[in-house]
Amino acid sequence: MKTNQILIRYGELSTKGRNRKAFISRLRNNIQTLFAGTPTLRIKAERDRMFLFCDDEQGMEDIVSRLPYVFGIQSFSPVTQTSLELDDMKHTALAIVSKMDTKDKSFKVSVKRPNKEFPYEKPEIMRTIGGYVLGNTPELTVAMRNPDIDLNVEIRQDAAYMMAETIQGAAGLPIGAGGRALLMLSGGIDSPVAGYHMLKRGVRLELIHFFSPPFTTERAKEKVLDLAEKLSGFGAPVTLHIIPFTEIQQEVHKQVPDNITMTSTRRMMMRIADAVRAKTDAKAIITGESLGQVASQTLESLQAINAVTNTPILRPLIAQDKLEIIETAQAIGTYDISIRPFEDCCTIFTPANPKTKPKTDKVEHYESFVSFDEMIDRAVAEREIIEFPRNKQQRFEDLL
Amino acid sequence: MIYLDNSATTEPDPQVLETYVKASSRYFANPASLHRLGNEAEDLLESARSQIKGLLGYERVIFTSGGTEANNLAIRGAAYANQEKGRHIISCKTEHPSVLEPLKQLEKEGFEITLLSVDRKGAIDLAELQQALREDTILVSLMQVNNEIGTIHPLAAIRRMLNNHRALFHVDAVQGAGKLPLDEQEMPDLLTVSAHKLHGLKNSGILAVNKAQLEPILFGGGQESGLRSGTVSVPNAAALAKALRLATTIPDHLKWNAELRRFFSGYKDIYIVSPSGAAPHILAVAIAGMRGETLVGALQQEGVIVSTSSACSSKNKQASHVIEAIGLPREYRDGTIRISFGAMTTHEDIIELKKRFHKAHQTIKGVEQS
Repeated sequence: MKTNQILIRYGELSTKGRNRKAFISRLRNNIQTLFAGTPTLRIKAERDRMFLFCDDEQGMEDIVSRLPYVFGIQSFSPVTQTSLELDDMKHTALAIVSKMDTKDKSFKVSVKRPNKEFPYEKPEIMRTIGGYVLGNTPELTVAMRNPDIDLNVEIRQDAAYMMAETIQGAAGLPIGAGGRALLMLSGGIDSPVAGYHMLKRGVRLELIHFFSPPFTTERAKEKVLDLAEKLSGFGAPVTLHIIPFTEIQQEVHKQVPDNITMTSTRRMMMRIADAVRAKTDAKAIITGESLGQVASQTLESLQAINAVTNTPILRPLIAQDKLEIIETAQAIGTYDISIRPFEDCCTIFTPANPKTKPKTDKVEHYESFVSFDEMIDRAVAEREIIEFPRNKQQRFEDLL
Repeated sequence: MIYLDNSATTEPDPQVLETYVKASSRYFANPASLHRLGNEAEDLLESARSQIKGLLGYERVIFTSGGTEANNLAIRGAAYANQEKGRHIISCKTEHPSVLEPLKQLEKEGFEITLLSVDRKGAIDLAELQQALREDTILVSLMQVNNEIGTIHPLAAIRRMLNNHRALFHVDAVQGAGKLPLDEQEMPDLLTVSAHKLHGLKNSGILAVNKAQLEPILFGGGQESGLRSGTVSVPNAAALAKALRLATTIPDHLKWNAELRRFFSGYKDIYIVSPSGAAPHILAVAIAGMRGETLVGALQQEGVIVSTSSACSSKNKQASHVIEAIGLPREYRDGTIRISFGAMTTHEDIIELKKRFHKAHQTIKGVEQS
């Protein structure tokens, strides 16, 4: 007996009519990329489900532990293969069930028998396997309808295949199916969560971060690198663009009155983001803004900031509570990184009383005295580009 | 020189030393500093940590100054963090002093300590452990491999017993780590590992933690998530990660152990103290009517390095607490020596040991008889 297959049930994508083929091949590619380190992995994609084959035990474990985070999968089940001996089958069945939580659970065996030469009929197979499992697992009860554990047995020509466990997938759409967008990543709690929501809708991410040394430290940057690493763990690589922002930020502070520096700074960021977006062929900009959370996130502020571009700005968190956002951040593992106490460029120059209802034309007026275009071009040209995932451990291969 | 005292300490692996030297000069910065150098040092520290987590299968790893500190942190840290739930701790008479002494301290502070007894093989009685377990037991601390005689405690059975109990399970794996890997069913909540017993460096150890509440026992800058204040030695952490990665089970040890048992059983005045089924890299034998030191000295003259029962207790005049606890027959009680293999031990060493032991034995017995 060996568990060397995984059956994958597609998520939402099975309803997507003509695009289905593209979506399935996207999912297949994402899985292939994610498990590039498991060379024995083979993938067979069918119309309704996908099979992963892997004969290497360690590789299999790795796949089972990471698959729940791959978008486009409704659920999946590890499949165990045995010989066509009934004795073998019942022992395997027990081994599978005994690994599951059986306390107060109901149980049933379902048999499919496409191999018509198999000497036993369905009822006999069910009785033998079911009887053996129940006899050795006294806390199980039998339920023919909606059992907690449904042990599926399929008798094929070459072998018998069994599965009982259904592991929930992350649902959503395979990353890449939704095009590409640029996420403004500050290092705080919200932006990675916004990125996660868009990843789940199949959007491939480019990331942009504004770095203002010496006002923001290497540690703040490190935070962003770690967040980018996390965001690259959902089945698709991401690229991070780090923008040198000190010069522009200082210029803004020289030029505009204190209470609207914040609005103006955000407008500069948006202009830079839009330029980077165009260079990376992304179709939209994503932000972690949530209405009313801070001064820059009132409708008036959003309007003033938004006025610099026609590019769609996606704000998946706009109507979410902080607590909901925190919950997601914890679930996807970005929270602990985000709360590290290093300031990003948004918090460092915050005036005491920023305007919560800035007027777009006033802001434009103050900005008109300097040509920011040149500075923006320079910032875009001098950006640092880092690809993720980048394995930290690899850097220290000679030491560890 | 034939070095067979690897349970006292091992010779550092040259690759581990190289890691230590390189990391010391390249990544000397304080990993808590905010600048780039600090950042890089922290990256190395965290990479080392995640490598160790992966190798051992633990969620958290706290770097310490060695096995003793890790044992102290496990025992005192768990005791203080859980004293609301109870103040009873179970351990065993044959544990290392770095377990027994903190327990004595806790006893003075009002904790109740039960020390399990052992039989002639150094084995505990699982029924006695079951009986000792109480509602208010908060910690069970037992070693994986006894450092003096090599007895292996049945960790899987103890783990199973404790799965239905609130008590935390701590295992001092200083003598076993890297040599006898733990199964998933054996894994305790708290695990002590020391670098210098697996061809790493002194002053370096870890406490690996799965789902256990701990209180710090050292206070200061709050490093290691507040559990172990003090600037973390990044080179030590990297060297430990390297040593642990290089460490493996050595099947030959089992063969050599059997070979030596056959050899020693040919001597009427030698008693094989290590029980069968003990760790293959430790073999304790006792000579009748003679002090262990005499035999150690005689072997040293022949160029063979072994020790009396343990390096820690070898300077005391009395028989060690382990020898005491297993109730060795009186005539052997002072005569125990410990032979312990490491990754650098060769079969030639074993052959030479036999030859030279024979010579040393003749010399000292000759003195006695004449």
